[in-house]
Amino acid sequence: MPEIQTFTMNFGPQHPAAHGVLRLVLEMDGEVIHSADPHVGLLHRATEKLAESKPYNQSIGYMDRLDYISMICNEHGYVLVIEKLLGITPPIRAQYIRVLFDEITRILNHLFWLGAHGLDIGAMTIFLYCFREREDLMDIYEAVSGTRMHATYYRPGGVYRDLPEAMPKYQASKWRSKKSVAKLNAIREGSLLDFIDAFTVKFPACVDQYENLLTDNRIWKQRTVNIGVVPPERALQLGFTGPMLRGSGVEWDLRKKQPYEVYDQLDFDIPVGTNGDCYDRYLVRVEEMRQSNKIVKQCVDWLRENPGPVMLEDRKIVAPTRVEMKDDMESLIHHFKLFTEGYCVPAGEAYAAIEHPKGEFGVYMISDGANKPYRVKIRAAGFAHLGAMSEMVTGHMLADVVAVIGTQDIVFGEIDR
Amino acid sequence: MTGMIEYLNSIWATVPADYQYLVIVTSQILAVAMTVILTVAFTTYFERKVIGYMQGRLGPNRVGPFGLGQPFADVLKLLIKEVIVPAKSNRFLFIIAPLLAITPALAAWAVIPLSDNFVIADIDAGLLYVLALTSVGVYGVIIAGWATNSKYALLGAMRSGAQIVAYEIAMGFALVGVLMAAGSLNLGDITRAQAGGFSHWFLFPLLPLFLVFFVSGVAETNRAPFDVTEGESEIVAGFHVEYSGVAFAIFFLAEYANIILISTLTSIFFFGGWASFFEGWTFLGEGHFLRQPSFFWLAAKISFFVFVFFWLRATFPRYRYDQIMRLGWKVFIPITIAWIAVEGVMSWLHWGPWSGSAG
Repeated sequence: MPEIQTFTMNFGPQHPAAHGVLRLVLEMDGEVIHSADPHVGLLHRATEKLAESKPYNQSIGYMDRLDYISMICNEHGYVLVIEKLLGITPPIRAQYIRVLFDEITRILNHLFWLGAHGLDIGAMTIFLYCFREREDLMDIYEAVSGTRMHATYYRPGGVYRDLPEAMPKYQASKWRSKKSVAKLNAIREGSLLDFIDAFTVKFPACVDQYENLLTDNRIWKQRTVNIGVVPPERALQLGFTGPMLRGSGVEWDLRKKQPYEVYDQLDFDIPVGTNGDCYDRYLVRVEEMRQSNKIVKQCVDWLRENPGPVMLEDRKIVAPTRVEMKDDMESLIHHFKLFTEGYCVPAGEAYAAIEHPKGEFGVYMISDGANKPYRVKIRAAGFAHLGAMSEMVTGHMLADVVAVIGTQDIVFGEIDR
Repeated sequence: MTGMIEYLNSIWATVPADYQYLVIVTSQILAVAMTVILTVAFTTYFERKVIGYMQGRLGPNRVGPFGLGQPFADVLKLLIKEVIVPAKSNRFLFIIAPLLAITPALAAWAVIPLSDNFVIADIDAGLLYVLALTSVGVYGVIIAGWATNSKYALLGAMRSGAQIVAYEIAMGFALVGVLMAAGSLNLGDITRAQAGGFSHWFLFPLLPLFLVFFVSGVAETNRAPFDVTEGESEIVAGFHVEYSGVAFAIFFLAEYANIILISTLTSIFFFGGWASFFEGWTFLGEGHFLRQPSFFWLAAKISFFVFVFFWLRATFPRYRYDQIMRLGWKVFIPITIAWIAVEGVMSWLHWGPWSGSAG
């Protein structure tokens, strides 16, 4: 009797649902998956190695490009480990701004995830609804850093600059009439904090709208309930973190368990799932958006009341302002030293982790006392999640592979580094 | 001028009757086919606008006024693109497959009555003809998937084959119900059986069958949420993954022609075809144009169902392949069989559409 062969299918790296450059080699029996073998490394850019050859601050921009959906959170992990090695703590206002931007980034990431996950499962409208709100968040990025994606906003010792008093505005053009520009700019008249405040007010209704489309949708539930189930014990063994772990019902969140910055002074809840399937992870992430919105609101209120420095005054680490540099000899020397050599970090090693939207994002750094790190190791949450791909999809059908890729919230920038 | 017409008429009178018939039917076929193709062009535009507004976008608005030139720009683009035939494909089948898809989609229009007095072929087995042709359309898809020699295309073709088999049965059973109510297989007679205002439409006595028929129609045309054959996030584009240029355009044309066909059939079977919604509403006054049955009523009904197709696409996620099978075999077919039994009882008791029939 002839042996029945499985059907090998090459899923990706050029595939609309591959979330970048995932290459999956699927062994299938008809539509049913026998095993999935993820191949990584197609987006390897040697971030860790590059960081070894340049002064500490110059690698911050590389961190944005790791997980290019949640840019600022990556910077946070990197900046935090340098601060740990230097033994410095940024001013309280800077800590609030960091929490504010981490949570904005979490919403940004989860919106992208929801849109992409919906699109993978075939719900195309949710994608555009999510991107509508993402646009506002991108504007917040732009207001504070000048770019819409790769902000490079955090620095060891604080953040690059204080929140601006004015928002960038739309300008009338051939395609946009004065009237529509005036309408778009109406919300942008005040300061950045006013804009963020207005966003937090309108955002819960937007989340309701997404939930209206999906949460009780029978097809959505048929496609996600009991798909890619991971029991809590197994999730821990596989090294899951973030919503992947919380979806399985393990209440683990670094913001609560190992609070960094000012998370211990803020009021928010950690949603957890019960079944550990795609639907629970969906619910967890949607609730996280609501909770992040709550944190953003608290930060905005605090930041309005409490002006202050956003950067340390330690001129051995933090560059002086342009004005100081122009008037003061010593500042000029500091400026020159910092922008040529950078600063030296005392020899030692440290690990700092943050609750990244995708899970635990950690940076392990060894310094030999030079102006460059001796070794940097990045712990990307998605890498551990991708490792579970095969066992999450085995026995499911081809369409569920797409749902599982979506639920893992994979971004190849951070997995391949 | 009148002399001219008389002269032409005198020439026409000398043409043998068989040739006269040939010329008339050919021109009718050309007129209907061109209308369908033009409607398809604007249906794509309509789809993009409708979904655009549902998603908070504008849709095409650059080519011509309101973007109305967009369909023609798309056609032009597809016409001047190269048709790439993959090296290891079966060349003959690869080229013939799009034609197999488009031919039945257009041929089915032969028996569709567009108004009380216009139908190309007024055959008595019209309903069977339509059922047969819509089933033939799947050959195009299966042959395309097989001839491409790609695993993605093959999966798409397999899914399509299984799906069509499942839904064709449900659709057939739903039409048995229509047949019972109308007492005819002729589409014109089915429409006439629903004359007398919208309360006489088959929609009400056959409501479950209407739902089954329309949803099966969505599945037959491989539209969302049943678009597993081309589900772009799973098998990229399914059976037409390797098609480009005109060959792709023809598949596209067939899909949209089928959407319009299913909408038309739904209007004819359950919504009285060309019958007026206001028929018998005396307050409009005798002879008011809204009370007259006309092609415009049919067009309005078709447009509504085409809109529903797009509405579904903008709203729902995609079913998984096995869930589609489950819905077809375990839900739709039992519903239709049960409702046919109910219809039998209704017919026996002379209810609804059977009230006029003699005991």
